[in-house]
Amino acid sequence: MNVLEINHLKKEFDGLTVLQDISLSVKKGEVVSVIGPSGSGKSTLLRCATMLEQMDGGELVYMGEKAAWEEKDACVYAPKEKLKQVRRQFGLVFQNFNLFPHYTVLKNIMDAPVSVDRVPKEEARQQALALLGQLGLEDKADAYPYQLSGGQQQRVSIARALALKPEILFFDEPTSALDPELTGEVLKVIRQLAKEHMTMIIVTHEMKFARELSDRIIFMEDGVIRQQGTPEELFMAPDDRVKEFIGKFAG
Amino acid sequence: MSTTTMLRLLGTGMLKTVSIFFLTLLFSLPLGLLFSFGRMSKNGLVKGISKLYISVMRGTPLMLQLIVVYFAPYYILGIKIPSWYRSGAVILAFVLNYAAYFAEIYRSGIESIPIGQYEAARVLGYGKAQTFVKIILPQVIKRILPPVTNEMITLVKDTSLAFVLTEVEMFTIAKQIAAKEASILPLMVAGVFYYFFNLAVAAVMEWVENRLNYYR
Repeated sequence: MNVLEINHLKKEFDGLTVLQDISLSVKKGEVVSVIGPSGSGKSTLLRCATMLEQMDGGELVYMGEKAAWEEKDACVYAPKEKLKQVRRQFGLVFQNFNLFPHYTVLKNIMDAPVSVDRVPKEEARQQALALLGQLGLEDKADAYPYQLSGGQQQRVSIARALALKPEILFFDEPTSALDPELTGEVLKVIRQLAKEHMTMIIVTHEMKFARELSDRIIFMEDGVIRQQGTPEELFMAPDDRVKEFIGKFAG
Repeated sequence: MSTTTMLRLLGTGMLKTVSIFFLTLLFSLPLGLLFSFGRMSKNGLVKGISKLYISVMRGTPLMLQLIVVYFAPYYILGIKIPSWYRSGAVILAFVLNYAAYFAEIYRSGIESIPIGQYEAARVLGYGKAQTFVKIILPQVIKRILPPVTNEMITLVKDTSLAFVLTEVEMFTIAKQIAAKEASILPLMVAGVFYYFFNLAVAAVMEWVENRLNYYR
């Protein structure tokens, strides 16, 4: 079954079309990277998929359940209760982490399971500690976000998303806010998740990383998917525009 | 009048002043939050009414508001003013006035919280109320403590305006004794009292601020 299915997604901002006719489906365990120049609509795509932005047209389906669809030229969303269920299917890792500054690392990770999913506190705590262990942050459980480096903060925010056991994890340029020497530790975590067959969609500028990790790469430009395929297909025989873009990043 | 009698009279005034201060905070802090919601409402009517309210409360003298609140039942509704209403009117007027200032302080605090905090909470599945109470409000409180402290210090001094309704608080009594005894001493005592009261307010608020300094 497809974990995520997006059909004919359309998004406008003040009459300006930023996404047009985007269709994309992701199978369980698949890792998809989305690349493309800034302003191409990559982040908007992610924000529509995670329902932080309302779509203006098209269909959004998680695990076979429709979250949004088109009716009489308008986009309708499922009722609130249903959307709550849909939200449990995905997690999102932000470019700027967006950790809760007044909570410790541990509380950042365990609070949503406890307050949203009603997981017993002790169970959530154990699970949060296990996640911190996996991400090499066991000694940071009681620290506050401001006491951590950017790379550590981003790893905590990945743990926070994983704590809710999502079917699919979205990454919105997870290393763009980090100093170059800190990107490695975050990419390592994502790589580990890929090995464990976590379903992921990653918007990124890290070409080498996307190529090495992805089952499929999507190249977006001007609000449309211009090219997509396996890393080999995209990197080996790219069309001129893709080649030009990738060339810029390869330096 | 002996000094002891004078101090005893001033003492009762002090208690009254302290109670005006705490009762005003007790009611105006939550009411201000309500008005700040109104001020930020997407409903144009609610927003407009809240804006007008805040504008009138901040734009007219508190002394005038005290008088209006006290005499309005008589002049507008023709009700004979009962004696207990004096203290009630003082609290009511202070609460209505301070809620307007607090509303704007809350608003500045709420609007300063990065949108990413709301988005993170939403993606994690927190409801609207949960997001506000658990994620936003604690951060807002930390940010607005300095301006709230300012308002509290102003409030301590503003309580003296209750003298226009001859409420028997510190300043009213001090003024009466000063006039009767032709002495400036009671007013000096009152001044010292206000100063130390505010010193305590500032110290307590500094302590609270430090308590909240565990995160940035």
